[in-house]
Amino acid sequence: MLRLEGLKSRSLLWIVLVAVLMMAILSLSSPYFMTLGNMTNLMKQVSIVAILAAGQAVVIISGGIDLSVGSILALSAVTIGWLIENGVDPRIAAIAGLAMGTFAGWINGMVITRGRIPPFIATLGMLGIARGMALVITKGVSYQVLEPLFLFIGNSKIAGLPVPLYFVVVVFAAVMIMMHMTVFGRHVYAIGGDERVARLEGIPVDRQKVKIYTLSGFLAAVAAIVLVGRLAATPPSVAQGIELQAIAAVIIGGVSFVGGRGIVITALVGAFIMAMITNGLNILGISSFYQQVLIGIVIIVAVWLDNLKSTAR
Amino acid sequence: MNKAAPLVEMRSISKHFGGVRALTDVHLDLFPGEVLGVLGHNGAGKSTLIKILAGAESANDGSIFVGGQEVTIADPNDARRFGIETIYQELALCGNLDAPANLFMGRELHKWGFLRQRAMKEEAEQALSRLNIRIPSPESEVRLMSGGQRQCISISRAVHFDTRILIMDEPTAALGMEESRKVMDLIEELKSQGLGIIWISHDIHEVYNFTDRITILSGGRNVITADTRKFLQDEIVSMIISGRPIEGSMPEGSSHAPA
Repeated sequence: MLRLEGLKSRSLLWIVLVAVLMMAILSLSSPYFMTLGNMTNLMKQVSIVAILAAGQAVVIISGGIDLSVGSILALSAVTIGWLIENGVDPRIAAIAGLAMGTFAGWINGMVITRGRIPPFIATLGMLGIARGMALVITKGVSYQVLEPLFLFIGNSKIAGLPVPLYFVVVVFAAVMIMMHMTVFGRHVYAIGGDERVARLEGIPVDRQKVKIYTLSGFLAAVAAIVLVGRLAATPPSVAQGIELQAIAAVIIGGVSFVGGRGIVITALVGAFIMAMITNGLNILGISSFYQQVLIGIVIIVAVWLDNLKSTAR
Repeated sequence: MNKAAPLVEMRSISKHFGGVRALTDVHLDLFPGEVLGVLGHNGAGKSTLIKILAGAESANDGSIFVGGQEVTIADPNDARRFGIETIYQELALCGNLDAPANLFMGRELHKWGFLRQRAMKEEAEQALSRLNIRIPSPESEVRLMSGGQRQCISISRAVHFDTRILIMDEPTAALGMEESRKVMDLIEELKSQGLGIIWISHDIHEVYNFTDRITILSGGRNVITADTRKFLQDEIVSMIISGRPIEGSMPEGSSHAPA
Protein backbone atom coordinates (compact mmCIF):
# COMPACT_ATOMS: atom_id res chain seq x y z
CA MET A 1 0.00 0.00 0.00
CA LEU A 2 2.75 2.37 1.01
CA ARG A 3 4.63 1.63 -2.16
CA LEU A 4 1.52 2.30 -4.21
CA GLU A 5 1.14 5.68 -2.52
CA GLY A 6 4.72 6.50 -3.43
CA LEU A 7 4.08 5.48 -7.00
CA LYS A 8 1.04 7.72 -7.23
CA SER A 9 2.96 10.79 -6.24
CA ARG A 10 5.69 10.17 -8.81
CA SER A 11 4.24 12.12 -11.67
CA LEU A 12 7.38 11.69 -13.75
CA LEU A 13 7.20 7.92 -13.58
CA TRP A 14 3.58 7.89 -14.71
CA ILE A 15 4.03 10.20 -17.61
CA VAL A 16 7.13 8.35 -18.80
CA LEU A 17 5.17 5.09 -18.67
CA VAL A 18 2.46 6.63 -20.84
CA ALA A 19 5.07 7.88 -23.31
CA VAL A 20 6.79 4.49 -23.49
CA LEU A 21 3.45 2.76 -23.99
CA MET A 22 2.65 5.12 -26.86
CA MET A 23 6.03 4.47 -28.42
CA ALA A 24 5.46 0.72 -28.21
CA ILE A 25 2.01 0.96 -29.77
CA LEU A 26 3.21 3.22 -32.57
CA SER A 27 6.23 1.11 -33.40
CA LEU A 28 4.04 -2.00 -33.54
CA SER A 29 1.51 -0.27 -35.80
CA SER A 30 4.06 1.09 -38.23
CA PRO A 31 7.56 -0.07 -39.16
CA TYR A 32 8.47 3.53 -40.05
CA PHE A 33 7.95 4.95 -36.59
CA MET A 34 11.10 3.63 -34.97
CA THR A 35 13.42 4.46 -37.87
CA LEU A 36 16.38 6.73 -37.30
CA GLY A 37 15.06 9.23 -39.81
CA ASN A 38 11.68 9.50 -38.15
CA MET A 39 13.16 9.71 -34.66
CA THR A 40 15.46 12.55 -35.73
CA ASN A 41 12.46 14.24 -37.27
CA LEU A 42 10.45 13.79 -34.09
CA MET A 43 13.19 15.30 -31.96
CA LYS A 44 13.43 18.31 -34.24
CA GLN A 45 9.67 18.72 -34.18
CA VAL A 46 9.54 18.54 -30.43
CA SER A 47 12.40 20.94 -29.77
CA ILE A 48 10.60 24.28 -30.23
CA VAL A 49 7.56 23.37 -28.14
CA ALA A 50 9.78 21.71 -25.52
CA ILE A 51 11.92 24.82 -25.01
CA LEU A 52 8.79 26.96 -24.68
CA ALA A 53 7.25 24.39 -22.34
CA ALA A 54 10.24 24.65 -19.96
CA GLY A 55 9.53 28.35 -19.47
CA GLN A 56 5.79 27.81 -19.38
CA ALA A 57 6.20 25.16 -16.66
CA VAL A 58 7.99 27.69 -14.43
CA VAL A 59 5.26 30.25 -15.07
CA ILE A 60 2.45 27.78 -14.37
CA ILE A 61 4.13 26.47 -11.20
CA SER A 62 4.21 30.08 -10.00
CA GLY A 63 0.43 30.17 -10.48
CA GLY A 64 0.55 32.29 -13.64
CA ILE A 65 0.31 31.81 -17.38
CA ASP A 66 2.19 33.20 -20.37
CA LEU A 67 0.13 33.41 -23.56
CA SER A 68 2.65 35.58 -25.35
CA VAL A 69 5.51 33.13 -25.98
CA GLY A 70 4.53 32.39 -29.61
CA SER A 71 4.44 36.09 -30.45
CA ILE A 72 7.65 36.80 -28.55
CA LEU A 73 9.25 33.96 -30.49
CA ALA A 74 8.16 35.58 -33.76
CA LEU A 75 9.38 39.01 -32.64
CA SER A 76 12.78 37.60 -31.72
CA ALA A 77 12.95 35.70 -35.01
CA VAL A 78 12.22 38.73 -37.16
CA THR A 79 14.67 40.81 -35.11
CA ILE A 80 17.34 38.28 -36.06
CA GLY A 81 16.19 38.18 -39.70
CA TRP A 82 16.00 41.97 -40.04
CA LEU A 83 19.48 42.49 -38.56
CA ILE A 84 21.04 39.84 -40.80
CA GLU A 85 19.24 41.31 -43.81
CA ASN A 86 20.89 44.62 -42.89
CA GLY A 87 24.35 43.11 -42.80
CA VAL A 88 24.78 42.60 -39.09
CA ASP A 89 27.03 39.76 -37.90
CA PRO A 90 24.78 36.68 -37.29
CA ARG A 91 26.20 36.19 -33.79
CA ILE A 92 25.27 39.74 -32.84
CA ALA A 93 21.88 39.25 -34.50
CA ALA A 94 21.33 36.14 -32.36
CA ILE A 95 22.24 38.03 -29.19
CA ALA A 96 19.93 40.88 -30.21
CA GLY A 97 17.14 38.36 -30.77
CA LEU A 98 17.71 36.95 -27.28
CA ALA A 99 17.72 40.47 -25.84
CA MET A 100 14.45 41.29 -27.60
CA GLY A 101 12.68 38.21 -26.23
CA THR A 102 14.08 38.81 -22.75
CA PHE A 103 12.94 42.43 -22.88
CA ALA A 104 9.42 41.48 -23.97
CA GLY A 105 9.25 38.98 -21.09
CA TRP A 106 10.48 41.65 -18.69
CA ILE A 107 7.71 43.97 -19.88
CA ASN A 108 5.22 41.17 -19.13
CA GLY A 109 6.60 40.88 -15.62
CA MET A 110 6.50 44.64 -15.02
CA VAL A 111 2.92 44.95 -16.30
CA ILE A 112 1.82 42.07 -14.09
CA THR A 113 3.53 43.28 -10.91
CA ARG A 114 3.55 47.09 -11.20
CA GLY A 115 0.27 47.39 -13.07
CA ARG A 116 -1.49 44.69 -11.02
CA ILE A 117 -2.78 43.16 -14.26
CA PRO A 118 -3.59 39.43 -14.12
CA PRO A 119 -1.03 37.34 -16.08
CA PHE A 120 -3.69 36.08 -18.47
CA ILE A 121 -4.61 39.63 -19.51
CA ALA A 122 -1.07 41.04 -19.51
CA THR A 123 0.33 38.26 -21.68
CA LEU A 124 -2.75 38.28 -23.92
CA GLY A 125 -1.92 41.93 -24.54
CA MET A 126 1.70 41.04 -25.25
CA LEU A 127 0.52 38.31 -27.63
CA GLY A 128 -0.96 41.05 -29.80
CA ILE A 129 1.79 43.60 -29.24
CA ALA A 130 4.76 41.34 -30.02
CA ARG A 131 3.08 39.81 -33.08
CA GLY A 132 2.13 43.26 -34.30
CA MET A 133 5.68 44.54 -33.78
CA ALA A 134 7.01 41.58 -35.77
CA LEU A 135 4.73 42.59 -38.66
CA VAL A 136 5.69 46.26 -38.31
CA ILE A 137 9.42 45.50 -38.40
CA THR A 138 9.16 43.28 -41.46
CA LYS A 139 6.23 45.05 -43.15
CA GLY A 140 4.85 41.54 -43.44
CA VAL A 141 7.67 40.02 -45.50
CA SER A 142 9.81 37.05 -44.56
CA TYR A 143 13.60 37.38 -44.60
CA GLN A 144 15.80 34.55 -45.76
CA VAL A 145 18.50 33.49 -43.33
CA LEU A 146 21.23 31.48 -45.04
CA GLU A 147 23.95 32.16 -42.48
CA PRO A 148 25.97 29.01 -41.72
CA LEU A 149 25.56 29.60 -37.96
CA PHE A 150 21.78 29.24 -38.16
CA LEU A 151 21.83 26.46 -40.75
CA PHE A 152 24.13 24.56 -38.42
CA ILE A 153 21.76 25.03 -35.48
CA GLY A 154 18.76 23.99 -37.54
CA ASN A 155 20.05 21.10 -39.58
CA SER A 156 23.31 19.62 -38.32
CA LYS A 157 24.02 16.77 -36.00
CA ILE A 158 26.55 16.38 -33.25
CA ALA A 159 27.41 12.79 -32.36
CA GLY A 160 24.45 11.58 -34.38
CA LEU A 161 21.89 13.74 -32.61
CA PRO A 162 20.28 16.84 -34.11
CA VAL A 163 21.58 20.14 -32.69
CA PRO A 164 18.12 21.38 -31.53
CA LEU A 165 18.05 18.42 -29.15
CA TYR A 166 21.13 19.79 -27.38
CA PHE A 167 19.33 23.09 -26.93
CA VAL A 168 16.45 21.19 -25.33
CA VAL A 169 18.77 19.26 -23.02
CA VAL A 170 20.70 22.33 -21.90
CA VAL A 171 17.52 24.37 -21.37
CA PHE A 172 15.85 21.68 -19.29
CA ALA A 173 18.98 20.97 -17.26
CA ALA A 174 19.38 24.67 -16.47
CA VAL A 175 15.70 25.23 -15.64
CA MET A 176 15.57 22.11 -13.46
CA ILE A 177 18.63 23.16 -11.49
CA MET A 178 17.08 26.60 -11.09
CA MET A 179 13.73 25.25 -9.92
CA HIS A 180 14.87 22.50 -7.59
CA MET A 181 18.17 23.71 -6.21
CA THR A 182 18.05 27.48 -5.89
CA VAL A 183 16.36 30.04 -3.67
CA PHE A 184 14.61 31.40 -6.78
CA GLY A 185 13.02 28.02 -7.50
CA ARG A 186 11.91 27.61 -3.90
CA HIS A 187 10.27 31.02 -4.11
CA VAL A 188 8.49 30.08 -7.34
CA TYR A 189 6.93 27.07 -5.59
CA ALA A 190 6.00 29.19 -2.56
CA ILE A 191 4.38 31.88 -4.71
CA GLY A 192 2.45 29.22 -6.62
CA GLY A 193 1.45 27.50 -3.38
CA ASP A 194 0.10 30.60 -1.64
CA GLU A 195 1.11 34.02 -2.86
CA ARG A 196 -0.30 35.81 0.18
CA VAL A 197 1.72 33.65 2.56
CA ALA A 198 4.84 34.12 0.45
CA ARG A 199 4.44 37.88 0.66
CA LEU A 200 3.74 37.77 4.41
CA GLU A 201 6.86 35.72 4.98
CA GLY A 202 9.02 38.27 3.24
CA ILE A 203 9.55 36.67 -0.17
CA PRO A 204 10.07 39.46 -2.74
CA VAL A 205 7.10 38.20 -4.74
CA ASP A 206 7.05 40.97 -7.33
CA ARG A 207 10.76 40.80 -8.02
CA GLN A 208 10.60 37.02 -8.45
CA LYS A 209 7.57 37.28 -10.75
CA VAL A 210 9.43 39.71 -13.00
CA LYS A 211 12.26 37.17 -13.17
CA ILE A 212 9.80 34.37 -13.99
CA TYR A 213 8.26 36.15 -16.98
CA THR A 214 11.64 37.46 -18.11
CA LEU A 215 12.89 33.86 -18.12
CA SER A 216 9.89 32.77 -20.18
CA GLY A 217 10.57 35.55 -22.71
CA PHE A 218 14.25 34.60 -22.86
CA LEU A 219 13.38 30.96 -23.53
CA ALA A 220 10.95 32.02 -26.28
CA ALA A 221 13.91 33.80 -27.88
CA VAL A 222 16.07 30.67 -27.53
CA ALA A 223 13.31 28.76 -29.32
CA ALA A 224 13.35 31.49 -31.98
CA ILE A 225 17.03 30.86 -32.69
CA VAL A 226 16.34 27.15 -33.22
CA LEU A 227 13.32 27.92 -35.37
CA VAL A 228 15.20 30.41 -37.57
CA GLY A 229 17.79 27.70 -38.13
CA ARG A 230 15.19 25.12 -39.07
CA LEU A 231 13.19 27.36 -41.42
CA ALA A 232 16.18 29.31 -42.82
CA ALA A 233 13.72 32.19 -42.85
CA THR A 234 11.84 34.48 -40.49
CA PRO A 235 8.19 34.76 -41.51
CA PRO A 236 6.49 37.18 -39.05
CA SER A 237 3.45 34.90 -38.85
CA VAL A 238 5.56 31.99 -37.59
CA ALA A 239 4.60 29.93 -34.53
CA GLN A 240 1.05 31.17 -34.21
CA GLY A 241 -0.82 29.32 -31.51
CA ILE A 242 2.32 27.54 -30.35
CA GLU A 243 1.82 28.94 -26.83
CA LEU A 244 -1.21 26.68 -26.50
CA GLN A 245 0.90 23.67 -27.46
CA ALA A 246 3.46 24.63 -24.82
CA ILE A 247 0.72 25.02 -22.20
CA ALA A 248 -0.77 21.68 -23.27
CA ALA A 249 2.64 19.98 -22.93
CA VAL A 250 2.96 21.31 -19.39
CA ILE A 251 -0.55 20.22 -18.46
CA ILE A 252 -0.22 16.75 -20.03
CA GLY A 253 3.02 16.43 -18.06
CA GLY A 254 0.97 16.74 -14.88
CA VAL A 255 1.93 20.22 -13.67
CA SER A 256 -1.09 21.56 -11.83
CA PHE A 257 -2.73 24.67 -13.20
CA VAL A 258 -3.45 25.76 -9.65
CA GLY A 259 0.26 26.37 -9.16
CA GLY A 260 2.81 25.21 -6.64
CA ARG A 261 2.99 21.60 -7.74
CA GLY A 262 4.60 19.55 -10.45
CA ILE A 263 8.14 19.27 -11.74
CA VAL A 264 9.61 20.86 -14.83
CA ILE A 265 10.94 17.71 -16.53
CA THR A 266 7.43 16.29 -17.01
CA ALA A 267 6.74 19.14 -19.43
CA LEU A 268 9.41 17.69 -21.72
CA VAL A 269 7.70 14.30 -21.68
CA GLY A 270 4.38 16.07 -22.27
CA ALA A 271 5.83 17.77 -25.32
CA PHE A 272 7.11 14.40 -26.57
CA ILE A 273 3.69 12.82 -26.16
CA MET A 274 2.07 15.59 -28.19
CA ALA A 275 4.70 15.30 -30.91
CA MET A 276 4.26 11.53 -30.97
CA ILE A 277 0.52 11.88 -31.48
CA THR A 278 1.06 14.18 -34.45
CA ASN A 279 3.93 12.17 -35.88
CA GLY A 280 2.29 8.78 -35.25
CA LEU A 281 -1.00 9.73 -36.87
CA ASN A 282 0.87 11.17 -39.86
CA ILE A 283 2.72 7.91 -40.34
CA LEU A 284 -0.48 5.91 -39.99
CA GLY A 285 -2.02 8.14 -42.65
CA ILE A 286 -4.77 9.50 -40.38
CA SER A 287 -6.08 12.94 -41.28
CA SER A 288 -4.48 15.81 -39.41
CA PHE A 289 -7.98 16.99 -38.51
CA TYR A 290 -8.25 14.07 -36.11
CA GLN A 291 -4.92 14.99 -34.51
CA GLN A 292 -6.39 18.12 -33.01
CA VAL A 293 -9.34 16.18 -31.67
CA LEU A 294 -7.07 13.61 -30.10
CA ILE A 295 -4.73 16.17 -28.51
CA GLY A 296 -7.75 17.94 -27.07
CA ILE A 297 -8.97 14.69 -25.54
CA VAL A 298 -5.51 13.87 -24.19
CA ILE A 299 -5.30 17.24 -22.40
CA ILE A 300 -8.63 16.70 -20.66
CA VAL A 301 -7.89 13.08 -19.79
CA ALA A 302 -4.47 14.03 -18.39
CA VAL A 303 -5.99 16.54 -15.98
CA TRP A 304 -8.81 14.16 -15.11
CA LEU A 305 -6.28 11.42 -14.21
CA ASP A 306 -4.37 13.96 -12.16
CA ASN A 307 -7.54 14.82 -10.23
CA LEU A 308 -8.16 11.13 -9.59
CA LYS A 309 -4.66 10.80 -8.19
CA SER A 310 -5.03 13.73 -5.82
CA THR A 311 -8.48 12.74 -4.55
CA ALA A 312 -7.24 9.20 -3.97
CA ARG A 313 -4.98 10.49 -1.19
CA MET B 1 8.16 39.65 36.15
CA ASN B 2 10.81 42.28 35.97
CA LYS B 3 9.86 45.88 35.69
CA ALA B 4 12.95 46.80 33.71
CA ALA B 5 12.79 48.32 30.25
CA PRO B 6 9.82 47.35 28.10
CA LEU B 7 10.56 45.31 25.00
CA VAL B 8 8.12 47.38 23.04
CA GLU B 9 6.39 50.63 23.68
CA MET B 10 3.81 52.06 21.33
CA ARG B 11 3.05 55.66 22.21
CA SER B 12 0.12 57.79 21.10
CA ILE B 13 -0.64 55.69 18.05
CA SER B 14 -3.33 57.08 15.78
CA LYS B 15 -4.56 55.65 12.52
CA HIS B 16 -7.39 56.58 10.24
CA PHE B 17 -8.67 54.99 7.07
CA GLY B 18 -10.05 57.86 5.05
CA GLY B 19 -12.45 59.58 7.43
CA VAL B 20 -12.77 56.62 9.78
CA ARG B 21 -10.64 56.86 12.91
CA ALA B 22 -9.48 53.35 13.70
CA LEU B 23 -7.09 54.26 16.53
CA THR B 24 -6.84 57.41 18.63
CA ASP B 25 -3.88 58.03 20.90
CA VAL B 26 -3.40 54.38 21.84
CA HIS B 27 -0.60 53.16 24.11
CA LEU B 28 0.77 49.69 24.50
CA ASP B 29 3.78 48.28 26.28
CA LEU B 30 5.17 44.79 26.58
CA PHE B 31 7.79 43.44 29.01
CA PRO B 32 10.09 40.45 28.69
CA GLY B 33 8.63 37.17 29.89
CA GLU B 34 5.03 38.27 29.96
CA VAL B 35 1.90 37.54 27.99
CA LEU B 36 -0.16 40.62 27.27
CA GLY B 37 -3.74 40.04 26.19
CA VAL B 38 -5.23 42.57 23.81
CA LEU B 39 -9.00 42.56 24.08
CA GLY B 40 -11.90 44.37 22.51
CA HIS B 41 -14.93 44.10 20.29
CA ASN B 42 -14.64 43.48 16.61
CA GLY B 43 -13.69 46.89 15.28
CA ALA B 44 -12.22 48.03 18.59
CA GLY B 45 -8.91 48.51 16.83
CA LYS B 46 -6.90 45.60 18.15
CA SER B 47 -6.10 44.13 14.74
CA THR B 48 -5.08 47.50 13.38
CA LEU B 49 -2.83 48.16 16.37
CA ILE B 50 -1.16 44.79 15.99
CA LYS B 51 -0.79 45.18 12.24
CA ILE B 52 1.04 48.46 12.83
CA LEU B 53 3.49 46.71 15.12
CA ALA B 54 3.90 43.84 12.64
CA GLY B 55 4.55 46.22 9.75
CA ALA B 56 1.44 45.27 7.79
CA GLU B 57 -0.03 48.76 8.29
CA SER B 58 1.60 52.05 9.19
CA ALA B 59 0.38 54.56 11.75
CA ASN B 60 -0.57 58.12 10.85
CA ASP B 61 0.74 59.38 14.14
CA GLY B 62 2.65 58.17 17.18
CA SER B 63 5.92 56.41 17.79
CA ILE B 64 7.19 52.91 18.43
CA PHE B 65 10.14 52.06 20.67
CA VAL B 66 11.84 48.68 20.60
CA GLY B 67 14.26 48.09 23.47
CA GLY B 68 14.19 51.81 24.24
CA GLN B 69 15.12 52.88 20.71
CA GLU B 70 12.64 54.66 18.50
CA VAL B 71 12.12 52.67 15.30
CA THR B 72 10.29 52.94 12.01
CA ILE B 73 8.42 49.82 10.93
CA ALA B 74 7.43 50.18 7.30
CA ASP B 75 6.93 46.55 6.29
CA PRO B 76 6.97 43.02 7.73
CA ASN B 77 10.68 42.68 7.04
CA ASP B 78 11.41 45.76 9.17
CA ALA B 79 9.43 44.25 12.02
CA ARG B 80 11.38 41.03 11.67
CA ARG B 81 14.66 42.90 11.82
CA PHE B 82 13.63 44.20 15.26
CA GLY B 83 12.79 40.68 16.42
CA ILE B 84 9.04 41.06 16.05
CA GLU B 85 7.27 38.04 14.60
CA THR B 86 3.59 37.56 13.97
CA ILE B 87 1.52 34.41 13.91
CA TYR B 88 -1.66 35.01 12.02
CA GLN B 89 -5.08 33.64 12.66
CA GLU B 90 -5.21 31.82 9.38
CA LEU B 91 -2.39 29.34 9.21
CA ALA B 92 0.25 31.15 7.24
CA LEU B 93 2.05 28.23 5.65
CA CYS B 94 2.42 27.05 2.07
CA GLY B 95 0.63 23.71 2.02
CA ASN B 96 2.58 22.50 -1.00
CA LEU B 97 5.94 22.77 0.77
CA ASP B 98 7.47 20.70 3.56
CA ALA B 99 8.22 21.85 7.10
CA PRO B 100 11.83 22.97 6.54
CA ALA B 101 10.82 24.93 3.42
CA ASN B 102 8.10 26.68 5.38
CA LEU B 103 10.34 27.33 8.36
CA PHE B 104 12.92 29.07 6.22
CA MET B 105 10.50 30.69 3.79
CA GLY B 106 11.86 34.04 2.69
CA ARG B 107 15.03 33.42 4.71
CA GLU B 108 16.42 30.36 2.96
CA LEU B 109 19.94 29.30 3.79
CA HIS B 110 21.93 29.38 0.61
CA LYS B 111 25.32 29.57 -0.96
CA TRP B 112 25.48 31.72 -4.10
CA GLY B 113 21.74 31.32 -4.54
CA PHE B 114 21.85 27.54 -4.21
CA LEU B 115 19.74 26.12 -1.41
CA ARG B 116 21.56 24.46 1.46
CA GLN B 117 18.88 21.82 1.74
CA ARG B 118 20.59 19.56 4.25
CA ALA B 119 21.53 22.40 6.57
CA MET B 120 17.97 23.69 6.50
CA LYS B 121 16.54 20.25 7.17
CA GLU B 122 18.84 19.67 10.12
CA GLU B 123 18.23 23.07 11.60
CA ALA B 124 14.47 22.70 11.14
CA GLU B 125 14.53 19.34 12.90
CA GLN B 126 16.44 20.89 15.80
CA ALA B 127 14.08 23.85 15.97
CA LEU B 128 11.03 21.59 16.05
CA SER B 129 12.46 19.20 18.62
CA ARG B 130 13.56 22.08 20.85
CA LEU B 131 9.89 23.01 21.17
CA ASN B 132 8.89 19.37 21.53
CA ILE B 133 7.04 19.39 18.25
CA ARG B 134 6.59 16.07 16.54
CA ILE B 135 5.66 15.93 12.88
CA PRO B 136 5.23 12.82 10.73
CA SER B 137 8.29 13.44 8.59
CA PRO B 138 10.17 16.59 7.65
CA GLU B 139 9.70 15.69 3.99
CA SER B 140 5.91 15.55 3.99
CA GLU B 141 3.93 18.49 2.71
CA VAL B 142 2.41 20.54 5.51
CA ARG B 143 -1.09 20.41 3.98
CA LEU B 144 -1.14 16.76 4.99
CA MET B 145 -0.61 17.68 8.64
CA SER B 146 -3.18 18.53 11.32
CA GLY B 147 -4.07 22.10 12.23
CA GLY B 148 -2.16 21.79 15.48
CA GLN B 149 0.97 20.48 13.81
CA ARG B 150 0.82 23.30 11.32
CA GLN B 151 0.30 25.94 13.99
CA CYS B 152 3.29 24.49 15.86
CA ILE B 153 5.39 24.84 12.71
CA SER B 154 4.22 28.46 12.43
CA ILE B 155 5.25 29.09 16.00
CA SER B 156 8.59 27.40 15.66
CA ARG B 157 9.21 29.46 12.53
CA ALA B 158 8.26 32.62 14.39
CA VAL B 159 10.64 31.99 17.26
CA HIS B 160 13.51 30.52 15.32
CA PHE B 161 15.07 33.75 14.13
CA ASP B 162 16.18 35.48 17.32
CA THR B 163 12.68 36.63 18.16
CA ARG B 164 11.99 38.77 21.21
CA ILE B 165 8.43 39.82 20.57
CA LEU B 166 5.78 37.40 19.42
CA ILE B 167 2.36 38.57 18.26
CA MET B 168 -0.31 35.89 18.19
CA ASP B 169 -3.59 36.70 16.51
CA GLU B 170 -6.18 34.13 17.63
CA PRO B 171 -3.51 31.42 17.67
CA THR B 172 -5.88 28.67 18.75
CA ALA B 173 -8.98 29.69 16.77
CA ALA B 174 -8.52 27.01 14.14
CA LEU B 175 -7.53 24.26 16.58
CA GLY B 176 -9.18 21.49 18.54
CA MET B 177 -8.93 21.30 22.33
CA GLU B 178 -6.00 18.92 22.48
CA GLU B 179 -4.13 20.95 19.90
CA SER B 180 -4.87 24.23 21.70
CA ARG B 181 -3.36 22.77 24.85
CA LYS B 182 -0.23 21.91 22.95
CA VAL B 183 0.05 25.48 21.68
CA MET B 184 -0.50 26.82 25.22
CA ASP B 185 2.30 24.63 26.56
CA LEU B 186 4.51 25.99 23.86
CA ILE B 187 3.69 29.53 24.89
CA GLU B 188 4.53 28.83 28.54
CA GLU B 189 7.86 27.51 27.33
CA LEU B 190 8.54 30.62 25.24
CA LYS B 191 7.53 32.88 28.11
CA SER B 192 10.07 31.21 30.35
CA GLN B 193 12.70 31.91 27.69
CA GLY B 194 12.02 35.63 28.18
CA LEU B 195 10.00 36.42 25.08
CA GLY B 196 7.29 39.03 25.25
CA ILE B 197 4.05 37.73 23.82
CA ILE B 198 1.04 39.71 22.64
CA TRP B 199 -2.04 37.55 22.62
CA ILE B 200 -5.19 38.47 20.77
CA SER B 201 -8.19 36.28 21.39
CA HIS B 202 -11.96 36.29 21.69
CA ASP B 203 -11.90 33.42 24.13
CA ILE B 204 -12.11 35.24 27.45
CA HIS B 205 -11.48 32.07 29.40
CA GLU B 206 -8.27 31.44 27.49
CA VAL B 207 -7.17 35.05 27.94
CA TYR B 208 -7.90 34.96 31.64
CA ASN B 209 -5.84 31.84 32.19
CA PHE B 210 -2.91 32.63 29.99
CA THR B 211 -2.19 36.33 30.18
CA ASP B 212 -0.30 38.30 32.82
CA ARG B 213 -1.73 41.65 31.84
CA ILE B 214 -4.52 42.84 29.63
CA THR B 215 -5.11 45.89 27.49
CA ILE B 216 -8.70 46.60 26.58
CA LEU B 217 -9.52 48.72 23.54
CA SER B 218 -12.86 50.19 22.65
CA GLY B 219 -13.70 52.43 19.72
CA GLY B 220 -10.01 52.75 18.92
CA ARG B 221 -9.04 54.06 22.39
CA ASN B 222 -7.42 52.54 25.47
CA VAL B 223 -9.94 51.55 28.13
CA ILE B 224 -7.56 50.08 30.66
CA THR B 225 -4.22 48.33 30.96
CA ALA B 226 -3.89 46.29 34.11
CA ASP B 227 -2.90 42.99 35.67
CA THR B 228 -5.28 40.28 34.59
CA ARG B 229 -5.64 38.91 38.13
CA LYS B 230 -7.02 42.18 39.46
CA PHE B 231 -10.31 41.32 37.86
CA LEU B 232 -12.85 38.57 37.65
CA GLN B 233 -13.64 37.24 34.22
CA ASP B 234 -17.06 38.90 34.33
CA GLU B 235 -15.53 42.26 35.13
CA ILE B 236 -13.27 42.02 32.11
CA VAL B 237 -16.22 41.11 29.92
CA SER B 238 -18.20 44.08 31.20
CA MET B 239 -15.30 46.45 30.48
CA ILE B 240 -15.07 45.10 26.94
CA ILE B 241 -18.78 45.66 26.47
CA SER B 242 -19.13 49.05 28.18
CA GLY B 243 -15.80 50.44 27.06
CA ARG B 244 -15.30 51.99 30.54
CA PRO B 245 -12.71 51.05 33.16
CA ILE B 246 -13.84 49.72 36.56
CA GLU B 247 -12.05 49.02 39.85
CA GLY B 248 -10.86 45.45 40.12
CA SER B 249 -12.58 43.50 42.86
CA MET B 250 -9.76 41.06 43.38
CA PRO B 251 -7.17 41.83 46.06
CA GLU B 252 -3.84 42.78 44.61
CA GLY B 253 -1.42 40.02 45.42
CA SER B 254 2.23 39.92 44.58
CA SER B 255 1.70 41.42 41.17
CA HIS B 256 2.70 44.98 40.45
CA ALA B 257 0.33 47.83 39.80
CA PRO B 258 0.29 49.12 36.26
CA ALA B 259 2.03 52.40 35.65
